[in-house]
Amino acid sequence: MKSPLFRRLLLAFAAPVAAFVFAFVLSSIVLILSGYNPIDAYGEMITNALKLESMIDMLNETTPLYISGVAAAIGFRMNLFNIGVEGQYQLAAFAAAVIGAKVVLPDGLHMLFVMGVAMVVGGLYSGLAGLLKVTRGVNEVISTIMLNSVATLGIIAGLFKIFLEKKSGGAVGGGTTPLAETAWIPDLNGFVELFTREITKGRKLTGMLVVAVIVGVLYHLFINRSRLGFDVRATGMNPLAAKVGGVPSKQMVLLAMVLSGVVAGLVGMPDLLSRTHAYDQGFTKLRGFAGIAVALLGRNHPGGMVGAALLFAFLNTSSGILQITGTASSEIVTIMQGIILLAAVVAYQMVGQVKQREEVKLASEATVGATA
Amino acid sequence: MKRSWKLMLSLLAAFALVAAACGSDSAGEADAGAGDDPTTTEAMAEEDTTETTEAAMEETTEDTEAMASADFNVGLTFDVGGRGDQSFNDSAAVGIEKAEGDIGISFSEAEPNADGSNRAELLQLQADNSPLVVAVGFLFEGDVKAVAAENPDVNFAVIDSAMLDFDNGAVPFGDNIAGLTFAEHEGSFLVGAAAALKSETGKVGFIGGVSGFGLIERFEAGFAAGAKAVNPDIEITSSYITEFPDFDGFFAPDRANEIASAMYESGADIVYHAAGGSGGGLFEAAKATSEASGSKVWAIGVDSDQYNTADDAVKEYILTSMLKRVDVAVFQIIHDQAAGDFAAGNTVYDLSVDGVGYSTTGGFVDDITDQLEDFKAKIIAGEIEVPTEP
Repeated sequence: MKSPLFRRLLLAFAAPVAAFVFAFVLSSIVLILSGYNPIDAYGEMITNALKLESMIDMLNETTPLYISGVAAAIGFRMNLFNIGVEGQYQLAAFAAAVIGAKVVLPDGLHMLFVMGVAMVVGGLYSGLAGLLKVTRGVNEVISTIMLNSVATLGIIAGLFKIFLEKKSGGAVGGGTTPLAETAWIPDLNGFVELFTREITKGRKLTGMLVVAVIVGVLYHLFINRSRLGFDVRATGMNPLAAKVGGVPSKQMVLLAMVLSGVVAGLVGMPDLLSRTHAYDQGFTKLRGFAGIAVALLGRNHPGGMVGAALLFAFLNTSSGILQITGTASSEIVTIMQGIILLAAVVAYQMVGQVKQREEVKLASEATVGATA
Repeated sequence: MKRSWKLMLSLLAAFALVAAACGSDSAGEADAGAGDDPTTTEAMAEEDTTETTEAAMEETTEDTEAMASADFNVGLTFDVGGRGDQSFNDSAAVGIEKAEGDIGISFSEAEPNADGSNRAELLQLQADNSPLVVAVGFLFEGDVKAVAAENPDVNFAVIDSAMLDFDNGAVPFGDNIAGLTFAEHEGSFLVGAAAALKSETGKVGFIGGVSGFGLIERFEAGFAAGAKAVNPDIEITSSYITEFPDFDGFFAPDRANEIASAMYESGADIVYHAAGGSGGGLFEAAKATSEASGSKVWAIGVDSDQYNTADDAVKEYILTSMLKRVDVAVFQIIHDQAAGDFAAGNTVYDLSVDGVGYSTTGGFVDDITDQLEDFKAKIIAGEIEVPTEP
């Protein structure tokens, strides 16, 4: 009989590996059915990903995805399905762009101020859903979905016209007044170039990567090493038992929702602080929903979500090269992400059941052994 | 119980992602129809007369000569949604396909991910392989500015953005950046006049796709001005499907249908749309209303000659279409590049170069073309100044 440790490791890796193999096979079938050569497509994706510039793109994409994943995961840990990251981060970014452009602050402090505004707005907005839940018993799934629409279609759409920077000469479109340079986050190109060649083609590795790492570490410390985090997890696993054990569940719900929103506020910052410097028409959307996928795939684990965010970022950055080389259409990438997610959720569930059965068997064997 | 609830939600989320993928997939493949536009050739003949602003006349010198050969690659970059809208984007595709046939260029197409996060990356990848990158849509403005600065040897053209630095005396953003814009208000003026001439109820309608970013309002302003020029007492109702930053209004035929039906019900007998892919809903509503009430109501199409691109069943309800010749602009810029004549700055495709206009397919406006041509001549001559804001 194999050792228990080996079994545990096997079970831990069985799900991701099974999901990957399944997704690989299914994606290949989809590629073949749509008339593309899967080997060419995968080859093109990997060749592209190995270029330094593409890696920068990938890390820039990973950063907001990971932060968004953490924001979703904080809620999930508590059994709160915060679907509202989407609205929270867009509203936060919009508010930060508008307010940040109106203040004059010294270098660095300005940047922190903008981030602070985003976190506060994100926290307050998700706190609204938390408040509705603890006071009126409104399910957070419903309230956050509705608040998403209120934020993007209501508040932002309504206020955008007021804060739109008027361009002379009848130019079409635009965005809010750009942030002053004191609010830009420095890029990490200098640091990366210490180890590699010079980064060309205007790629800049966003300084928000550092913030994302900090968020990840704090998330780990909070959930796994702090008293509050333990309470959150306990409430998530068994609310009744936690309550009996003295954890105030209402405060916990509110806390988890607010923290989730605070982190969500940072999702739009890579765009705002290092790319567009304004909330404009092309502001990147859908990252809140992508974060849910990252949290699901990474099992709410601080490290697991790094892998999930990297994988999604790899697929996202691959879509360009696939189209331009004509090896596959852009939709393939979205299909692959869906397949991977579906496969992962199913695989985790199946492995979880095997684990549970195993534990039950072990437990019953132990009790039988004890009584006999 | 808790577990299965969580699993259900997880599966739901996963399924939503897959479903989203399928959705955009079908949209991307529906690029049929817009292929043969009978008016293409006439307008192409005008190609050498396009106006450029003074600042634009400087040529980029460095590499244009080396690229003058006709077998270079063009990087055509669509915005989210891409081909298959039977209007704006497909028109760009018509232009590049014509260039492929007539000039002999090759081209690579790309569109961003659904979240719009990789516009800059796409432009950069295109620039790696192409001496000319054409970006379809004003949302590319900022990214083209940045990427063009990094690629001084590659020329960039953006559709629907002037690409001029208005804060500093309207100079081009770079020697390698061209902006291709259209005088939509002028074309809309003509279809507005056509609507007023044809309307029996004295009431016409306008449906815009997305309000709040300044482009679609130009269509509305021109349409209203044209209608009023014919009949100062005409009643015009305007409605937008969505507001910025929600761009769904360009992909919502069901909502266009509802709005149009309400307009027809309230007495309007001609409705003009500037709502991209939502236009199909207007045509359906025109057909349904006509059949239900027995008296014919009309729809007016936009961008492409929609009599040719719409379903056969609704064709006879399309009075005319406001033509926005994206295909002409795309072809022209490739032609310039091939000839070594790429010019930075803004090129406005207006009535005088047939960059905008109205379609006559179907023959429904044959009886009023004299009056429309009269208006057209007056606009070109500057006797009528068409407003750009409603």
